[in-house]
Amino acid sequence: MNEQKIVVVGNGMVGHHYVETLAKSGVSANICVIGGEPRPAYDRVHLSEYFAGRKPEELALTTREHYQEIGVDAHFGDPVAKIDRKAKAVITDGGRRFKYDKLVLATGSYPFVPPIPGSDSKGCLTYRTIDDLGMIKAQAKKAKVGVVVGGGLLGLEAANALKLLGMETHVVEFAPGLMGVQLDDGGSTMLRRKIEALGVRVHTGKATQNIKAGTDTRLLMEFADGESLATDMIVFSAGIRPSDQIARDAGLELGGRGGIVVDYHCRTSDSDIFAIGECALFGGMIYGLVAPGYRMAEAAASQLSEDKLAFQGSDMSTKLKLLGVDVGSIGDAHGKTEKAINFVFSDERDEVYKRLVVTADGKNLLGAVLIGDCSDYDSLLQYYLNEIELPASPENLILPESAGGIPALGAAALPATATICSCLNVSKGAIIEAIEGGCCSLGEVKTSTAAASGCGGCAALLKNVVEDEMASRGLEVDTSICEHFSYTRQELFHMIKVEAIKSFAELLEKHGKGHGCDICKPAVASILASLWNDYILEEKHVGLQDTNDTFLANMQKNGTYSVVPRIAGGEITPDKLIVLGEVAKKYQLYTKITGGQRIDLFGARLEQLPDIWGELISAGFETGHAYGKSLRTVKSCVGSTWCRYGQQDSVAMALYVENRYKGLRSPHKLKSAVSGCTRECAEAQSKDFGIIATETGWNLYVCGNGGMRPRHADLFATDLDDETLIKYIDRFLMFYIRTADRLQRTSVWLDNLEGGMDYLKEVVIQDKLQIARELEQQMNDVVGTYQCEWRTTIEDADKLKRFRTFVNSGESDSNIVFVQERGQPRPASESETIEILAKTA
Amino acid sequence: MSVVKILKNECWEDVCTLADLVPNSGICALVSGQQVAIFYLPQEETSVYALHNRDPIGQADVISRGILGSIGDELVVASPLYKQHFKLSSGVCLEQPEHTLQSYKTRVIDSCVQVLVSS
Ligand code: SRM
Ligand SMILES: Cc1cc2nc3c(=O)[nH]c(=O)nc-3n(C[C@H](O)[C@H](O)[C@H](O)COP(=O)(O)OP(=O)(O)OC[C@H]3O[C@@H](n4cnc5c(N)ncnc54)[C@H](O)[C@@H]3O)c2cc1C
Ligand code: SF4
Ligand code: FES
Repeated sequence: MNEQKIVVVGNGMVGHHYVETLAKSGVSANICVIGGEPRPAYDRVHLSEYFAGRKPEELALTTREHYQEIGVDAHFGDPVAKIDRKAKAVITDGGRRFKYDKLVLATGSYPFVPPIPGSDSKGCLTYRTIDDLGMIKAQAKKAKVGVVVGGGLLGLEAANALKLLGMETHVVEFAPGLMGVQLDDGGSTMLRRKIEALGVRVHTGKATQNIKAGTDTRLLMEFADGESLATDMIVFSAGIRPSDQIARDAGLELGGRGGIVVDYHCRTSDSDIFAIGECALFGGMIYGLVAPGYRMAEAAASQLSEDKLAFQGSDMSTKLKLLGVDVGSIGDAHGKTEKAINFVFSDERDEVYKRLVVTADGKNLLGAVLIGDCSDYDSLLQYYLNEIELPASPENLILPESAGGIPALGAAALPATATICSCLNVSKGAIIEAIEGGCCSLGEVKTSTAAASGCGGCAALLKNVVEDEMASRGLEVDTSICEHFSYTRQELFHMIKVEAIKSFAELLEKHGKGHGCDICKPAVASILASLWNDYILEEKHVGLQDTNDTFLANMQKNGTYSVVPRIAGGEITPDKLIVLGEVAKKYQLYTKITGGQRIDLFGARLEQLPDIWGELISAGFETGHAYGKSLRTVKSCVGSTWCRYGQQDSVAMALYVENRYKGLRSPHKLKSAVSGCTRECAEAQSKDFGIIATETGWNLYVCGNGGMRPRHADLFATDLDDETLIKYIDRFLMFYIRTADRLQRTSVWLDNLEGGMDYLKEVVIQDKLQIARELEQQMNDVVGTYQCEWRTTIEDADKLKRFRTFVNSGESDSNIVFVQERGQPRPASESETIEILAKTA
Repeated sequence: MSVVKILKNECWEDVCTLADLVPNSGICALVSGQQVAIFYLPQEETSVYALHNRDPIGQADVISRGILGSIGDELVVASPLYKQHFKLSSGVCLEQPEHTLQSYKTRVIDSCVQVLVSS
């Protein structure tokens, strides 16, 4: 069969989604992408995070390499200038021609700049692309005052950006209120109040007439009412206009106010040309959100296959955080439906506003506005989308519980068709299918359905649905740790703490059954250690530990152990290097530089461990806890001391951090790294917590992971001074230790943490739960009671008795046999062992 | 050094004293040249158990260094290498019953721990 040639113009979010959808659909097509921007598609929705330190690469939705891998021919930075419908080809600015069988226009939209005299002055910018943001950032260096023209959703995002850049920020809006499209007057007023409290000045009902050069500032804006405003920068965010010029020139049908007219199949007036995303006009409407764009992309792609989907319009409800304020808008927010009944709750002290718009019979929800508290959004949206009958007193849905409010709609009440994740279009039915197909945890459902991988707004609802579904099929979301305790690790942690339980036996007697096992014993040992930090070889704890913890060394495949002294930050003196070499030579150990910037000595027999450690400790070494669920290494790069790019002393910081948290017991091992600048030679972004130096301090990243399922760490806080950095890490780590499940690395823990990264920031940075002091205190107690377990062990003759291979003989295990390879010993294979043992026998 | 006592055709070998054992954990002894893991559960009616020390799955002599516990009503030791569970009473592996560790009878006489080597 002849492959159809598909040309996609525009590589924004929707164009990219089209490519991915088509590539995955199995339809044989030859895809060519022509993107006007110099880079492949990126996440425009999270564009503003650029100002919180997220780099362009981190916003990327794809890469040139990925397109290459999936066989897509992609060209960037040379936009299409003309469509030649007769020849079925497009021609770029640069004069290149691409022939098509089917053409897909995904050209998006551009910011509307009102035709005010002077609006093209230097200092007048827009807010849509990564390049725009680069310009804003560059100009902000010389600017003290910034104005955003437009008080809509995007305008307020832009205002937030100016604020983050440290400017005195103003919002100038022509209409009488903010976010007039999505909010009613009450909501708009409350939003204004909250935003002004954050120091943003809001000017509504203002028409800008002229922009000219200022005297003290770069620019002066003059308004129709005779007032003026001095500023250094103006960002226009006064609405968007569809990028439809090439379609217009080609004679395709457009709407009266622009936009390429499409039908249910996203076909334009030329049946070989499709239009999708923000350039398309469907039912007289431009959908300025990403989810409807994705649905269009799917509908358009499906037209090439057997299974044709229709685009039927889309819901425009939104939930956002603007300048840190929760804002939600559902359906008919203005109550324009005939005979609609309104319920309004407004609390000016806590600055919360909620409005419900309900049908005349009070049975169905038509719309809602939420300001300052979006916790009811998911529930209300489900009432709205699925036309679920409202309770008899709908007002209770928005009243505080103390005033008769009722809890949110349970997941069970939702029909299977209910959309849970609108970004990825995952319905409750699809989630149930995933569980039926064998997924048995939230994480697995996420991986299998991709739910919650877009804006993340659906995470909490998703969790409810998964748990409810598992529970309803008797799959009891069995969170108990093992058959001996029907509690989660977190519950055990609380019980041990609250009841001040000091031993496993005590816990088992009070709350468990049976004898315990290799699951609960080490988990409880870890909790006891995190809370009370006893020496772990206390007699009452001995039987709880994995062999690695019992013998303070990792068991290798042949029953010998490895010896890993701490080399904090990877820094080591020549003398200490010599000691390691001498010890390895004397005991005939295999030596290797580890992936964690230290040196591992392998092949120590049980009975040799105390002697080896004795020598190491007297040379100034201490245990590296390579065996424990605790802090491993804090890798460092050489930093400002030597490196010509270094911003801060990363080695000193790594040493400080490693020494502070060494010995800390946690649900799983913890790793960290400190890089001296953004070149990131220490790979801090793959660590549980990573630190990268900036010009003025440190950026903190959390919840990264290498290993089996690598995860890039998230940027958590920026430009911290030393003290704040350590404070946040203290809180972060203790909160993790308290709430994670056993063997849950921070990355997996985060995946399962309701509320995700935002919640984590609220707890750690804003101290939402009011536990920050307690967490810090707990960390200080642990830090204050650190001991090197190997030192304690070799100083205690009684403890040393355990390190005999045989209780009744001084012999060593004759079944352990080594052979030489590349000048060092290694364990002999089974056949080698038999051969060697036969010779010596 | 160890004294072999022959009684009614039973051959019990002195291994160590109770004080040499570690409560709720294991140690290893050489019994007639064989490596034997000895476990001590002071709360149990039978408080001392003995199994061969070689892990047939991991192929190393490490059973004595496993964690003790129970699965259902069975007392077990988990191999420290790959975590399979072996019954303390019979040495049968719960996950892979084709593997069984040799088990030995034990008794404690005047604080002296003895293992039955043949009968
Ligand atoms: C020695 C070393 C390999 C080397 O020769 O370089 C190593 C060796 C082992 N790793 Fe590792 N890992 C070593 C660096 C790493 C790294 C790289 C790093 O830290 O920068 C990673 C990926 C980073 C990460 O953890 O996110 C790594 C990811 C793992 C994992 C997978 C963890 C995960 O979350 O997916 C395991 C398995 C586990 O912990 O459950 C593991 C487990 C192990 C164990 C403990 C397996 C075992 O049970 O025997 C090995 C113990 C060896 C020993 O006796 O010391 N090792 N391991 C490295 C020791 C570093 C050190 O100085 O402490
Ligand atoms: C700051 C900001 C915040 C936002 N927040 C949200 C949000 O929270 N939720 C939400 O749902 N939506 C949000 N949006 C809107 C969302 O980003 C858009 O709906 C979505 O990006 C539209 O995708 P698109 O592919 O249609 O258009 P675009 O992403 O604009 O992509 C169009 C691409 O086509 C290129 N192009 C144009 N003409 C040509 C040509 N002739 N030849 C080649 N290439 C061409 C353009 O350069 C561009 O790269 C936000 C937008 C911004 C700017
Ligand atoms: S990668 Fe695997 S084999 Fe290599 S050290 Fe890590 S755990 Fe061992
Ligand atoms: S709704 Fe956006 S990720 Fe699910």
